[in-house]
Amino acid sequence: MEFKTLLFYIFSTITVIAALRVITAKNPVHAVLFLVLAFFNVAGLWMLLQAEFLSLALVMVYVGAVMVLFLFVVMMLDINIERVRAGFWANLPLGIVVGGLLAAEMAMVLSGKYFGLANLPPQNLPANYSNTKELARVLFTDYAYPFEIASVILLVAIIVAVMLTLRRRKDNKAMHSSDQIAVKAKDRMRLVKMAPEVELPASQGDKA
Amino acid sequence: METMVVSFLQGALGSNWDTVKPVWPLVWTLAKIVLILAPLMLSVAYLTFWERKVIGWMQVRIGPNRVGPWGLLQPIADGMKLFFKEVLFPAAADKKLFVLGPIMAIAPALAAWAVIPFAPGWVVANIDAGVLYLLAVSSVGVYGIIIAGWASNSKYPMFGAMRASAQMISYEVSMGLGLICVLMVSNSLNLSEIVMAQSKGRFASYGFDFLSWNWLPLLPMFGVYLISGVAETNRAPFDVVEGESEIVAGHMVEYSGMAFAMFFLAEYANMILISAMTSIFFLGGWLSPLGFIPDGFHWLAAKIAAILFFFLWIRATFPRYRYDQLMRLGWKVFVPLTLIWILVTGVWMMSPLSIWK
Repeated sequence: MEFKTLLFYIFSTITVIAALRVITAKNPVHAVLFLVLAFFNVAGLWMLLQAEFLSLALVMVYVGAVMVLFLFVVMMLDINIERVRAGFWANLPLGIVVGGLLAAEMAMVLSGKYFGLANLPPQNLPANYSNTKELARVLFTDYAYPFEIASVILLVAIIVAVMLTLRRRKDNKAMHSSDQIAVKAKDRMRLVKMAPEVELPASQGDKA
Repeated sequence: METMVVSFLQGALGSNWDTVKPVWPLVWTLAKIVLILAPLMLSVAYLTFWERKVIGWMQVRIGPNRVGPWGLLQPIADGMKLFFKEVLFPAAADKKLFVLGPIMAIAPALAAWAVIPFAPGWVVANIDAGVLYLLAVSSVGVYGIIIAGWASNSKYPMFGAMRASAQMISYEVSMGLGLICVLMVSNSLNLSEIVMAQSKGRFASYGFDFLSWNWLPLLPMFGVYLISGVAETNRAPFDVVEGESEIVAGHMVEYSGMAFAMFFLAEYANMILISAMTSIFFLGGWLSPLGFIPDGFHWLAAKIAAILFFFLWIRATFPRYRYDQLMRLGWKVFVPLTLIWILVTGVWMMSPLSIWK
């Protein structure tokens, strides 16, 4: 057995177990962490397919950023586990339909031989082939406009998300750091010129 | 080097070599990993000693000087003490995750060293997407703190975890964007090629190599990267994650003994890693500053040491940032600055004034 095959079985076994634990774990924090584990192993599988850019982007974007925010939210929620599990039987039919669709689609991909999907041109890659470079070349030349449109849509989504949650409270007393830094001494303190106090000669003080 | 070792082993083992041969790549890789991690752990130990000494001198104190000559055995004594202490588990803690926290903190800090080139060809994995690998691995480091904070089931660790996740994600953005400028000018994601790209240029042809390194044309990005690196490792003045005066020690409150030491090791290993990355991306890695001096690993070590000194220096100099100031600096100063400088670099590269052709 080739070493890669062994790696494939390790990664895929952990992925499947972790994915199962995501939906069976009682504690939502555990579920999120199992999802992270599943992502990590899928990244390993992609690496075996020589898609190193996608694989590392998956770790960087999903594991490193998105799932951290997920965890952040889940940790702050005070979830009543009993109530979350209450709707299980009511939602089961819908879940079965969605799961069945996913399974059918996966079956179509996996049994690609019967549908003629395997007739892809053979890959003869040179030794210095860089997956990342090729992806970037296609993305910024042939698909430059779709890429730009996608990024503008994402930008709009970010701005909308910020605007929806932005509310300025009237009783907010927060200071602007730049105002604080820009403060000059003369804004806070007034220096007054006055004649110096003259102490009385000591001899007069003694008499009093 | 590998061929030398192989031929030596073939001579020494004789016919037994055939039994070793199938597992040789594994043995060789493990040997390389040990060769990197053992000196790294030693540097971590002596970085803690050096930090205490430097801060001591800056505060007109002597610093540790009791254990061994000039206090040189202090880190060993600290390590022994922590090793023999009991690891306590809080009654309400989530035990499995409580153990997982320190492991997740230290694993990425060590794994990232796989792609760091120490000298031409001295690298465990000379992969094409080295920068991406570094970004991906270092983005996983935040899990250690978050998991530790949540699993402790206590209030200060939770606050620490919350602050950590917000802070580390914010500064990862500006670090990543700062690196994009480096990638643009060096036209590669491979770390060795990024270093070699800095050996060319007009100043380098005059013999002043250090003026051709990335720090000068990308000076704002160098500053952003260095400061974000301090924030990313949760070091003073950005150490709100474990701010002693506010939340005691953040995510580490409930940890003791070796579990606590793991966080400590991870923090210092991350510091050395960030220094190594800064040296490679902006200060020319193993290249010598002047043309007639030979290049070599000692130059990278010297640059790493200089940046580590900077880390210690600012710790002794600046008071801790307030949390809102920290977020403002990340999102309202660094991110816009990096975005503008990406544009400037792009225009510069396409203009006739480009220095990277």
